Amino acid sequence: MKIITVNFVTCAVKECKTSPSSFPLHFHDAELELQEVDFQPEFIRNVIPRIDWEGLRATANELGFPSLPESKPEGEALNNEQTLKDLHRLLLETQVMDGKLVCGNCGHEYVIKEGIANFLLPSHLV
Amino acid sequence: MEYLIRFAQVHETFRQPEIQALATLAGVDLEIVSYDDYSPYCIVKLQDEAAARAIITRSILAKDISELWGQGTNYEGLHAQVHQRTQHRWTYYREKSFAFAVDTFAGKRSQSKKSEIIKSFAYMGLEGPIRLRNPDEQFYVMEEYVSDPEASILGTPKVSDPRKIFMGRLIANSNRDIIVKHDLKKRRYISTTSMDAELSLVTANMALAAPGKVFYDPFVGTGSFLVAAAHFGALTLGSDIDPRSFRGKDSEREKGEVALMRNFKQYDLESKMMDLFSSDLTNTPLRNCQLLDGITCDPPYGVREGLRVLGTRDGVLKEPRIIDGVLAHTRPGYVPPKKPYGFEALQKDVLEFAARNLVPNGRLAMWMPTSNDEAIEFPVPMHPNLEVISVSVQYFQAWSRRLMTYRRLPEGELSDTTQGRDKTDARGICADELNSFRRKYFTRNGPKPENVELAQ
Repeated sequence: MKIITVNFVTCAVKECKTSPSSFPLHFHDAELELQEVDFQPEFIRNVIPRIDWEGLRATANELGFPSLPESKPEGEALNNEQTLKDLHRLLLETQVMDGKLVCGNCGHEYVIKEGIANFLLPSHLV
Repeated sequence: MEYLIRFAQVHETFRQPEIQALATLAGVDLEIVSYDDYSPYCIVKLQDEAAARAIITRSILAKDISELWGQGTNYEGLHAQVHQRTQHRWTYYREKSFAFAVDTFAGKRSQSKKSEIIKSFAYMGLEGPIRLRNPDEQFYVMEEYVSDPEASILGTPKVSDPRKIFMGRLIANSNRDIIVKHDLKKRRYISTTSMDAELSLVTANMALAAPGKVFYDPFVGTGSFLVAAAHFGALTLGSDIDPRSFRGKDSEREKGEVALMRNFKQYDLESKMMDLFSSDLTNTPLRNCQLLDGITCDPPYGVREGLRVLGTRDGVLKEPRIIDGVLAHTRPGYVPPKKPYGFEALQKDVLEFAARNLVPNGRLAMWMPTSNDEAIEFPVPMHPNLEVISVSVQYFQAWSRRLMTYRRLPEGELSDTTQGRDKTDARGICADELNSFRRKYFTRNGPKPENVELAQ
């Protein structure tokens, strides 16, 4: 599971979606892997506005990456190749292969196995 | 300027929507001057050659596009128009290498007759070398022997003369060759419900897949739609309620990777795979905001694949169970309970999801089956935030399926949904009660239950 996807998801439990503590989901025992992917600057530029920057900073922090700038790069900063490359590496090349994502609101744990996260809920949470 | 598109004579109702979508994608104005489902030739107006090239090089259902030099119902008329439109340009082509070909639709010409036709254009004064492969300029004469579609279905007597003739200079070939490369017969990982290559690619075009975009399929299966969107440069995200569908059996996997990735590797598209995860659309983990540029999907019909969502059949929530001292749902291999779900309800959920998660002007392209005996007025599912762009039909013997393309309207705009389907789900707990398509599909040959009662 790539970091960009982690930024796109929250707890699947309907009641949690409105609670601020359900996002971002928190990692437990995350096993990381770096997988090289073609650099696609237009993609990074296009998705940056959709990224929840506070959430991304929190995730990067939990995984022990160097801290991201306080505010989301915008305008001219999105033409800086190094900025785009750093984001590319974090969002698309960093993979969580095994571990758990935990909701800060209900505590439900979503298992990631072989890079695939399982968001199917047991019946008492549906 | 007028251009002549030569279409493949397949999936007729998809052809206009596809080129219209590609014009939107390229940001060019397209005016369709003449089009007929029964003919491969279509005349359009475009601002220039670059616009023609931009549209057709991505098209799957067109074969090519030519600059229209003339048309007529006979050769006198055609030659007169070629003179009038292009006489001042002939000197430009005088020294170029060229090829000249005659293409006929629903008719035949002998080789000697074809060269006679080609020679009748001698007045253009082309003196360059004739080169059949990679000429500087390719000219076409296209003859169409069908002009009365209704009569041709009834079987008109064969006519010896074409009813319409076009002459043009080739501008660009389409992307149609990719169908062969993407053919399911050669694809590494498929299943019974994989969508064929041609229509998957058309679906991606309808939804405007392009580099830099995020495309999502909530019923990903073996990934037919994602492969197509990735071919056009989008990054793709897929999920399925049954992870086995994209994960594959152990025998179908390679080096511990999910089987679906083998398809992306086959076409060198690995960099276009964003992620796959297990989830149910009715309980999606995606944040409630505008994250996606396109959604392409073929929701399960309940015929080959059951239509299910998370939940219990009796609707009663089960308390967490404990097995060997641990919560059952945290044990490896736990399979959450699912219940049969209504077909109409699912489509409504897809539309609501699309309205929530698409960016403004983002597109949803969704397939849906219908039995052929349903009312002719086919009610399209609608949503106030989604504008219906096109509805295309693929016919089969006893049923058909439709591809519906929607655009997410920018905030402040609402679509008119009064013509839409306003049907709530049938009540019931078993698949047949919930899914009228499934019921019709399985009972179409046998007597219907009420008829049986009457017979007794």
